[in-house]
Amino acid sequence: MANVPAELKYTREHEWAKVEGDRARIGITAFAQEQLGDVVFVELPKVGAKVTALKTFGVVESVKAVSDLFAPVSGEVVEVNAELPKKPELVNTDPYGQGWMLVIKMSNAKDVDGLMSAADYEKLTAGGGH
Amino acid sequence: MTDTTASTPLKRTPLRDVHVKAGAKMVPFGGWDMPVQYTGIIEEHRAVRRAVGLFDISHMGEFEVRGPDALATVQRLCTNDARTLEIGQVQYAALCYPEGGIVDDLTVYRLADDHYMLVVNASNIDKDWAWVTSHSTGRAEWKNVSDETALLAVQGPKAEALVARLADRDVTGIAYYHFGRGAVAGVPAIISRTGYTGEDGFELYVAAGGAERLWAALIEAGRADGIQPIGLGARDTLRLEMKYALYGNDIDQTTNPLEAGLGWVVKPAKGEFIGREAIEALRARGIVRKLVGFEMVERAVPRHGYRLMSGGAPVGVVTSGSFGPSVERSIGIGYVPSALAGAGSELAVEIRGTAHAARVVKTPFYPSHTKKA
Repeated sequence: MANVPAELKYTREHEWAKVEGDRARIGITAFAQEQLGDVVFVELPKVGAKVTALKTFGVVESVKAVSDLFAPVSGEVVEVNAELPKKPELVNTDPYGQGWMLVIKMSNAKDVDGLMSAADYEKLTAGGGH
Repeated sequence: MTDTTASTPLKRTPLRDVHVKAGAKMVPFGGWDMPVQYTGIIEEHRAVRRAVGLFDISHMGEFEVRGPDALATVQRLCTNDARTLEIGQVQYAALCYPEGGIVDDLTVYRLADDHYMLVVNASNIDKDWAWVTSHSTGRAEWKNVSDETALLAVQGPKAEALVARLADRDVTGIAYYHFGRGAVAGVPAIISRTGYTGEDGFELYVAAGGAERLWAALIEAGRADGIQPIGLGARDTLRLEMKYALYGNDIDQTTNPLEAGLGWVVKPAKGEFIGREAIEALRARGIVRKLVGFEMVERAVPRHGYRLMSGGAPVGVVTSGSFGPSVERSIGIGYVPSALAGAGSELAVEIRGTAHAARVVKTPFYPSHTKKA
């Protein structure tokens, strides 16, 4: 059973968001990294870029697959994890910690209301994928 | 990421339940339910390069042909010259269409005087069976033994010693692309010094009923060596680092053996075979494009189907690409015009609308450690 921290919010596309005031730190879930396998490349926007809730903001590539990343919330990118280009495997080893991807300054705090709770996300992934 | 639309049930190897119990992630591959990884592709890949890995490749197809005209039939079907094969020897070859496109790539085993085994790709078994039987010539009797045959590959620097410990005969004397018969862990096998990884090792052909026993014995006996079961994911990255072609990705009906770098298995001097005239005409006209290996200069991962660019214009297509765990960079293979095929040639790969710099390099990407003949 994949780890689903209670304090985070989730998308159906397997991103998490940690809301800190008007900012949200985001990444992909433990379930997502398990499904992907070894992550070898993460393509992220630059600081200052705008992202839109539920639209793609980047790409994560494992050895086998390419997957789009979907923004949990709209806003401006204010931080990008500079470790990921050198150590993309952090997405596998610590998806909720050192494997974070962006910090977004939210343009609409209500976006958060549209995200899933940990309990709901756990239900979504309870089937274990395929 | 899920394929739930398969119209026919996936085929299973005799070891399918063993893989599921071992926690493998199973995926559909060429109509088969196969393990893509157990612990992780990179870890499995490195286990094969550093120690030893065990692969279930029972999905591969095996056809036997025997009779007074078995050799003549093999010669007609295959591009390579099977006349040079001794009993106990293996040869890599291609089956071609009359137009020169590739039906499949395969290995040919000479089992006895008038008795050969052809080992073909899993996804092509039905197509190949129809092809070989409809183009058979003279007194040659074909038998498709794919379902009753299991195939395990033991690959890596510790593979030879491991198989030697379990075999009832000497295996160290079996040369590269040769085989011998013997029992491994009590299971009668064709012990073939072949593989698809660039490492030394064996491929073991056994009756389907013996597969589980052989698998368990190899895992048990290899524990101290650090043996790991290896999925198709690492099988693909291992072969990619060697630039071994994969049918359906790098070669197919639309590619010919010369441009695919397989000219060394085309032997027009041997006499008539299907595709010979077309291939000779292609050779006479000059090879227009070539399958090359390239590495990414910029951080990005090339994938099958991406466009290869030169000077801003599309010039070719990536046929295989991935991160190479042993070379620790992104690598790919693809077709480019012959003028751009030399090592050092600068290309770009179009990835999600952006050109990323790449350069043609000498292959294999990673040095081969196969046993030299």
